[in-house]
Amino acid sequence: MHEETVYEALVNADGEAGHWAFGTGFDDPLAGVDTTVPDGVDPADLGTYCLMLGDDALVLAQRLTQWITRAPELEEEVAIGNIALDLLGQARLLLARAGSAGVLGRSRERAGATIPDEDALAYFRDADEFRSTALVAAPDADFARAVVRLLAASAVRLAVFTRLRSSRDPVLAAIAAKGVHELAYHRDHAARWVLRLGDGTEESHRRARSAVDAVWPLLADLFTPTDVETRLAAAGVGVDPAGVRDEVRDVLGQVLGRATLPVPAWPAAAPPRGRLGQHGPELAELLGTLQGLARQHPAATW
Amino acid sequence: MSAPTLDRQPAGSPGEAALQEHFDATIAADRRIEPRDWMPEGYRKTLVRQVAQHAHSEIIGMQPEGDWLLAAPSLRRKAVLLAKVQDEAGHGLYLYSAAETLGADRADLTDKLIEGRQKYSSIFNYPTLSYADVGVIGWLVDGAAICNQVPLCRSSYGPYARAMIRVCKEESFHQRQGYELLMTMMGGTDEQRAMVQDAVDRWWWPSLMMFGPPDDESPNTAQSMAWGIKRHTNDELRQRFVDMTVPQARHLGVTLPDPDLAWDEAAGHWRFGAIDWDEFKRVIGGQGPMNAVRIARRRAARDDNAWVVEAASAYARKHEEVPA
Amino acid sequence: MSEVTAEGGHGAVPTGPEVPVEPRSRAVRRDWPLYEVFVRGKRGLNHVHVGSLHAPDDEMAIDAARDLYTRRNEGVSIWVVRAADITASSPDEKDPLFAPSGDKVYRHPTFYEIPDGVPHL
Repeated sequence: MHEETVYEALVNADGEAGHWAFGTGFDDPLAGVDTTVPDGVDPADLGTYCLMLGDDALVLAQRLTQWITRAPELEEEVAIGNIALDLLGQARLLLARAGSAGVLGRSRERAGATIPDEDALAYFRDADEFRSTALVAAPDADFARAVVRLLAASAVRLAVFTRLRSSRDPVLAAIAAKGVHELAYHRDHAARWVLRLGDGTEESHRRARSAVDAVWPLLADLFTPTDVETRLAAAGVGVDPAGVRDEVRDVLGQVLGRATLPVPAWPAAAPPRGRLGQHGPELAELLGTLQGLARQHPAATW
Repeated sequence: MSAPTLDRQPAGSPGEAALQEHFDATIAADRRIEPRDWMPEGYRKTLVRQVAQHAHSEIIGMQPEGDWLLAAPSLRRKAVLLAKVQDEAGHGLYLYSAAETLGADRADLTDKLIEGRQKYSSIFNYPTLSYADVGVIGWLVDGAAICNQVPLCRSSYGPYARAMIRVCKEESFHQRQGYELLMTMMGGTDEQRAMVQDAVDRWWWPSLMMFGPPDDESPNTAQSMAWGIKRHTNDELRQRFVDMTVPQARHLGVTLPDPDLAWDEAAGHWRFGAIDWDEFKRVIGGQGPMNAVRIARRRAARDDNAWVVEAASAYARKHEEVPA
Repeated sequence: MSEVTAEGGHGAVPTGPEVPVEPRSRAVRRDWPLYEVFVRGKRGLNHVHVGSLHAPDDEMAIDAARDLYTRRNEGVSIWVVRAADITASSPDEKDPLFAPSGDKVYRHPTFYEIPDGVPHL
């Protein structure tokens, strides 16, 4: 076979090659989806709720991406890349949904007209407009911190998404239905690592334990609903996070137990902070890197 | 421990000449050599060098673009770039696997990379100064890589050829995303157009160097071609790349930084100016602008996480099923 | 640098004798073992060998195989098996044209057992 033919065959690879290539799935996430807000639902509430879920995914994806070219093994580079891509995909869908529900606020004034809603929201909001939790914003001191945080964050998110599959908002329900498969894998992959670090060597046990001690306090405000969540849960659109706390606590307890790690006392419930836009300096720093280039060129097209 | 020893044909049996003859016949018939076949030591060693350093290039090649992952200016571009950088980790992994079928060991090869005893493509020792560099790497660097790699899908060594088929399938998406980013930027602001031209100015000559020194300075080429592990000479591949790229540059609306670039009607090729081979030798030898940074990052990934690799091994030993 | 003869897929690299090839016995660390991966692309097809990877154990090997060889595609079935556990036909007695690598699939140096208790070399 002549090489040009080989090359043509590669370029024009058909659906069978879908196993290999990432050529697809990067365009307008909600193209063709009916984004009408269901009757009786306040669009501002729905949009704000989508920001909460979308910002968590975006910030965690950014944290995971910091591991690329720095992971323990090549296999783990690929795994972390997959998880970050899944979360980035969820973030794009949710931010686009927030945009279609009309919660763009100041971001729309700052971003040029050619910039799509998802990017206006991701790149042109300040830290106090982000609705993500402290759990996803915390930096990773080491790989133990990364996998313990991923375990906790995926366990919470999976519990929420599992319930969201029956949301009255068909867009949210569809995003959740796709997301649960991804999140189950993220949680299990993280759990497998926590087992290996907890029950591995003395050093890895010490590091895993210190990671658990660092991550547990970040669970304090995750299960206290904001008013938006309470209203949307009552309307059958959102999930009351208080309702998933026991499930998450059981899952995390089981994993730590099998990992021979002591389970710290569950932190006392704290009022929501991140969900209301109150953050520590680590989020502002993360956003500085994320948004810097886009903000330098507000009229640019990428 | 017993030191790893590589298979050596016991002297005399069944006749080196007969084995060589069978090997030569396999190559002559354009059939593939597979891992356990007898092969000349020179063939095996050349392949290990080629495949291992190809793998190093993929892994080090994650870094120049990886530096922009956190700052990609749109979520779509971030996803595309992340998928691409992740592919490169996969490519490196496929290639290390191919090298391992020849008696190499991935951890050992990584050590040789970090110690500077094995090299990687000179192209990754240049810095990525703006986001246009991401596009230009896709267009020029991956374009050059495709010219090199497509013929390697027909390498005489089976595992390498098979790895290259998978790599090439993914690489075609890499080049397209790069070119598409540049087209989009050229349609954007004046500032963006200037970024693209600046990136092309910086990457054009290093891209031409990717094909290696001219044929008359590449004495091993003939042997590698006879063995079917190289399919075209450096100059042939470079010419193919230039011929393919000049029309693309025009379509894009950028100027390639070579005043001698001219169409040779008689030959049917684009003629180009002289390449600075001293720069190439400096950069591949470790004196490029980013060599130290690239290797330091790779070393840190190995050393800072050694405890993770050990922990997983320790866990596996503890939980290994004891046969009944 | 002695000679830069360019082969290398992703750009020219030296392939002369100054580039070392053989693993140093000291440097072969107690690494994660090599696994071979077999994927059933779709129902009705056999599992086919698609490549290799390193993983600390079977469970992690499945994760890595899924991530690496099927990416995020679902609905495929994956087998992983330690390369060291594969027995290959022993052609070295029947067919002199094979290298005498015993019953192993590759010339892989990690096939050489390093006994437990040997410090991290």
